[in-house]
Order: sequence, then structure tokens, then C-alpha cells
Amino acid sequence: MKHTLSVLLQNKPGVLSRVTGLFSGRGFNIESLSVAETLDSSLSCLTLVTTGNEAIVEQITKQLHKLIDVIKVTDISESEYVEREMALIRVKAENTTRAEVLRVIDIFRGKVVDVSPKSYVVEVTGTTTKIQAIIDILRPIGIKEIVRTGTIAMVRTPKK
Amino acid sequence: MEKITGSEAIIQCLLEEGVKTIFGFPGGAVIDLYDTLMDSKVNHVLVRHEQGAVHAADGFARVTGDVGVALLTSGPGATNGVTAIATAYMDSIPMVILTGQVPTPLIGNDAFQEVDIVGITRPCTKHNYLVNKAEDLVPTLREAFHIARTGRPGPVLVDLPKDIVATMVEFHEKQPIRMQNYQPTYEPHLGQIEKACKEILKAKQPVLYVGGGVILSNSSEELTVLAKSLNIPVTMTLMGLGGFPGRDPLSMGMLGMHGSYTSNMAVAKSDLLIAVGARFDDRVTGRVDAFAPHAKIIHIDIDPTSISKNIAADIPIVADCKHALVAMNNWFASSGENLDEIGATHSPWLETINDWTRKHPMTYLDEGETIKPQFVIEKLDELTGGDAIITTEVGQNQMWAAQFYKFNKPRRLVTSGGLGTMGFGLPAAIGAKMAFPDATVIDVAGDGSIQMNIQELSTSKQYDCPVIICILNNNYLGMVRQWQELFYNKRYASTVMEVTPDFVALAEAYGAVGIRCDKTSEVEATIKQALEAVKKTTVILDFRIAREEGVFPMVPAGKATTEMLLV
Ligand SMILES: Cc1ncc(C[n+]2csc(CCOP(=O)(O)OP(=O)(O)O)c2C)c(N)n1
Ligand SMILES: [Mg+2]
Repeated sequence: MKHTLSVLLQNKPGVLSRVTGLFSGRGFNIESLSVAETLDSSLSCLTLVTTGNEAIVEQITKQLHKLIDVIKVTDISESEYVEREMALIRVKAENTTRAEVLRVIDIFRGKVVDVSPKSYVVEVTGTTTKIQAIIDILRPIGIKEIVRTGTIAMVRTPKK
Repeated sequence: MEKITGSEAIIQCLLEEGVKTIFGFPGGAVIDLYDTLMDSKVNHVLVRHEQGAVHAADGFARVTGDVGVALLTSGPGATNGVTAIATAYMDSIPMVILTGQVPTPLIGNDAFQEVDIVGITRPCTKHNYLVNKAEDLVPTLREAFHIARTGRPGPVLVDLPKDIVATMVEFHEKQPIRMQNYQPTYEPHLGQIEKACKEILKAKQPVLYVGGGVILSNSSEELTVLAKSLNIPVTMTLMGLGGFPGRDPLSMGMLGMHGSYTSNMAVAKSDLLIAVGARFDDRVTGRVDAFAPHAKIIHIDIDPTSISKNIAADIPIVADCKHALVAMNNWFASSGENLDEIGATHSPWLETINDWTRKHPMTYLDEGETIKPQFVIEKLDELTGGDAIITTEVGQNQMWAAQFYKFNKPRRLVTSGGLGTMGFGLPAAIGAKMAFPDATVIDVAGDGSIQMNIQELSTSKQYDCPVIICILNNNYLGMVRQWQELFYNKRYASTVMEVTPDFVALAEAYGAVGIRCDKTSEVEATIKQALEAVKKTTVILDFRIAREEGVFPMVPAGKATTEMLLV
């Protein structure tokens, strides 16, 4: 099972390596990880996607909690939440394929952010599934390079 | 506000935390600190190797329950301490390790004697710090002590760049420490306590499974009340020995790989396992699915990660063992139940247990004048009334000490359980003796392990800190040899110690007394002689034991704990 954890941390040097060290040392899995400062600049928020059965995810959560620099751990996937990922994709765009590429980008509400005679750099955001979908469609046309941010996620505001 | 130097502030912090003795080894990065230390009220014990400093501070912490402190220089000084830091981490020992570091402007430049010790020790400390601003120095040290001694204790390392230690800092009065992100749970959930107590009332074949948490939380009295008031048999892990009196009829001794037949059978047949401050380590459980297969499991531990990690608990209780045991004892006292009657219903269970012990007691074969190591430990136990501080090395010697010395009180066995560090026993013995100068301290050693930190004999001499080193000399790396004998067709690859020093001459070279003994009939007199001689100086006993003696019972790794190889 896939779980998305949101981890609130002290924004200090070395804290990220405590988290990643915990995962590698204990053989836990990291599918993606994304981290940046929060509104309070002394804290950062890390979104981590991992897989494992209930017992493993329970251990992961407890072990994260045990790190002194970790303030809060939430398994976001236990509630209603929104998740987004962004990808930059360098795709071949030559005379024969340019129109097709533009059509695909349009369907996925992507943007062309850089243009050259032979390729576009496309920016696209969405759920991991959506990102995967556009990649699958562009692949036969010719993807040269991909950079992805990894998932970030937030619990939906409860509606009364 | 008056300013003082960083090193003065460090000493002030140590005094404020009640630290009277620290163990260390100097070098360029900590030379300022040593200069200040020289005229301070803190005693410094100069060891002969940094591993020895950290083990000695660890031994000091284990027997007192206070935070042990070690001071090491940067680079090789710090890395030499790593094995000992990991040792303390695995056994949850409260310690603060201070390391020197190159000046902040040089950090990251591969400066002379620079290592990233914070990076290196991240996975083997409870927490660690690099102090990179002078104003952080005092608050960091205070936080380090707080973290080391609270919750599940553990070693905390503070890396101190040379320029920070030399800077002037303000020394504010200590305020109570409040950390938003670190608040261990001490008090148990009373609903869970009630559930647990009701299960205990129902159980026909309960077993108390006691680990090091009982020692660390000083709750052996409360545990003893619980066991005795309800007539519940007790088994202990290596770290839990002494948590319940070893001579009490309810004690079944140790469980697990080299546990007693009785303990392992009792756990296997029990209908309720009450785990107190234990962590279901693989050396205890053997094959996990065959461990306590018929039992409901109550698990008390202050560390939530220990609960349901290896074995799912039916009634988890996150709490300090002492608080949880007090709550349980109170619940029973006010329950209106007749505890004597309930205790009496366990009689058939205790009868079964006694039968197991009668059939398969902890024993060994007598071989006349060839010294059996178990006999040596029995004699040590007898001649010290089960009340000496026993440190151990690692291997067969450690297991024989655990099996045959009947620890009557907590904090009497000082042994590297989790990491199994050869070379632990001698420095730990020195630390223990520093803490309790009047105690009899004995390092039960193997001929292999003792050579790993033998240099600390000088420390024991220099600080007039005499201990007995009782070498069970089989001229083998015996525990590994035993595995080779049983599982590798007796191919003794690199376990024969072809060259071993003359331990008597070695003792003399270090200004200690050495006595060799190779006859069973002389064991008692030899130990008596050592107990007398140790009043003045360190003694090495070189017992030439039956070379190929094994440790039994033994549960082969990965087998069910009922599949024991017996004597
Ligand atoms: C530092 C270290 N290295 C290696 C081991 C693996 N090991 C475990 S027991 C043992 C043999 C110890 O020999 P000795 O001290 O003579 O004790 P004996 O088993 O013979 O009593 C070894 C090598 C260890 N536990 N620690
Ligand atoms: Mg040996």
C-alpha cells in the first residue's frame, strides 16, 4: 500500500539526513520525497511517499516521531487530501511531431516553458497518475529528459 | 552579564548536571578544555584508548543510573569512540559524549584531524549536535543531558569546534527544559492498565518477561511486588538480569538463545506474557511465529517503536515501567480481589515449571580436575553472595556469567547486550569501580576479548581502581568455535588463539597481580586469594578451563525457542 506522510521538521542542517538515514538504515522504502520551508521559517515540511503494509507504515511513523528534530508526522493518505507533483519534460518537437506534442500538452493542461528548433520543455502539474499518463503518451514521440518534484500533499479542509 | 570562556561554561554545565567524574583522552582540538578541566572540580580519568573512555563512562552510568560523560578529541579520538557509543546506544545507556572539532572556519575543508563525527554517529546516538554558534553552547549541553537521561535513555554526542570552546559566552541560569518536539510518555493510559490487570486476573499460566527497561527505570521493587503478590513466575533477558532477585523461587533465570530450559518452555506454554521493558529481540524470540504462540501479550515500554515491532502486542502500554507497574499494583490493591487466592490458582502452573527445572536444571558435566567455567562462576557467586558488580566481555564467558551468577539486585550485571562488544568488560569495570570504590567489581572475561582493551590495566593502576579480571581461558574465540563445532563441521577457521600472552606476566608488567589456576580443586582458594588481593590492586585470574566446553541450552539461530540443544 502506498502512503503519503507529511512530516514537520526543524529547519536545521542535518535534519534531512536523519530522515533519509532512518529509511536506509532500517530498510524502509522512499518512493518520493520533497521538502521546503514552511510559513514559519524555523520549520520545514517534508512530504514522503512510501509503500509497506500497515505494520511497516506504523513503524515508519513511530520511528520518524522518535527523531528529536521531528515535530509532527501525519499519514495524509488516511484522510481526504490533495496531492500534486510537477514535472519538466524535454520532448522532441520537430516539424512532423510539433502539433501532436502541443495537442497532448493542451489535454493535460501543460505549458511549454522553453522552445528550441528541435524540442520543447514542457511543464505539467497534477497527481502522480496524471504525470505518469502524460509521460506514457509523450514517450513514443521522444522524451529526452525528465525532472520530477515528487509528490507534495495537503489534507483537505474539513467541510462542516 | 559576566562572560566566561566556552570551556569554563562547559565545566559549569557538567557541575550543574551533577557530574563529578568524566573519562577521556586529550588532543589538539580539546586542549583548551583540558586546560580548564585541570583546575576544576570535575575529576578527569585519563584512559589509554578512547573506546575505553566511552565504555568506562558507560559502566559508570550503568551502575549508578546517572549520565556517564566522556571527552574525546577530534578525528581519530572521536572515531575510536564510535564502537563504544554504539554499544551504549544499543543498550539505552544515558551518556553525553563531548568531542573536539576543528575550528568552524575549517569545517568541511578536510582539515587536520577533521571527521564528520555528527554524521558518523547519527545512527548510533539518541541525538547529536554540532555547536556552531557560541550562544548555542550552553543550551545545547543542557538539552543533551536532558535527552540522554529522559524517556528511553541513550547516548548524546556534542561536537565542539575549537574556536567555540575558546570564545567568551554568557552563562545564564538554568531554566526547566521544555522541548516542543520531545516529550516522552511516562504515565500509562489507565484504561490500558485496567485491561492488562483484568487479563492477569484471568490468566492460568502467566509469565513476566523482564528486560533492561526495568533496570533503567529503577522499578525492580515494583516488579517484585507484582510478581510476588500474584505468584507469577519471572524470566529475564540478559539486560533484565537482577531486575528480579535471581535466588527467588519465582525466578526462572534468563530466556532466549542461551536461556534456561524452564524459561523457554514456560514462555512457549504460557497463556499470558507480560513484557516489561523488553523489546522482543531476535536472541530472545528465536523463530518469531513460534514465540509464545498461545499467549496474549501485554507489552509495557517507554519507546513506542519497541511495541509491535517484532511481535504484535494485544495490550500495548506506552509508559515508563515504574509508572506502569505502580499503576498496576495500585489497581490490584484496590480491586477488592483476593490476591492470595488468585496467586494460589497458579500453583499447578508453578508445579509444571518446577518439573521442567527438575528435569533440565542449569547444569554441566563434572570433569574432575579439569576446570568447568560454569563452576568458576558458581564459586564467584557463592563467595560474593551474588552481590558483586559483574561486568563481562562477550562470548561464552558472558553467557556463563549470565547463566550461573544469581544476580540478586539490579545494576549488578554490566554487559554489552545489544551490540555484543568484545573489549567492553575491563573499561566498564573501571567505570563501575570509580562509581562505587567499595564494591567488589569482577570482569568475567574471555582470553580473546580481554586483549581488545587490555591497555586499560594502566588506567586501573593509575587511579587506584582495583578490579578482578576473571579470564575463562579456553584459548579459543570460544563462542564462534562453538558455532563452528555445531554448524560448520568443526572447521575452526580463525578461532584458535595460536598465540596468547602469558596473562600472569602481563598482569605483573602492568603492576597488577596475576594468578593462574588449572585445577578444579584450586578454584575456590584462587578466588578467595583474588578477593583479598583486590583490596590493594587489580588481579588477573587465568583459569585454564575445559577448552571445548559449550554454552547450553542453546537455541540455534532462527529456530523455535523450544528446540533447545541441551547439555
Ligand atoms: C568487537 C567484536 N568482534 C568480534 C565479535 C564476534 N565474537 C563474538 S564472541 C567471540 C569470541 C570471543 O572470544 P573470547 O573472548 O575468548 O570468549 P569465549 O567465547 O572464548 O568465552 C567473537 C569473536 C564480537 N562480538 N565483538
Ligand atoms: Mg576464549
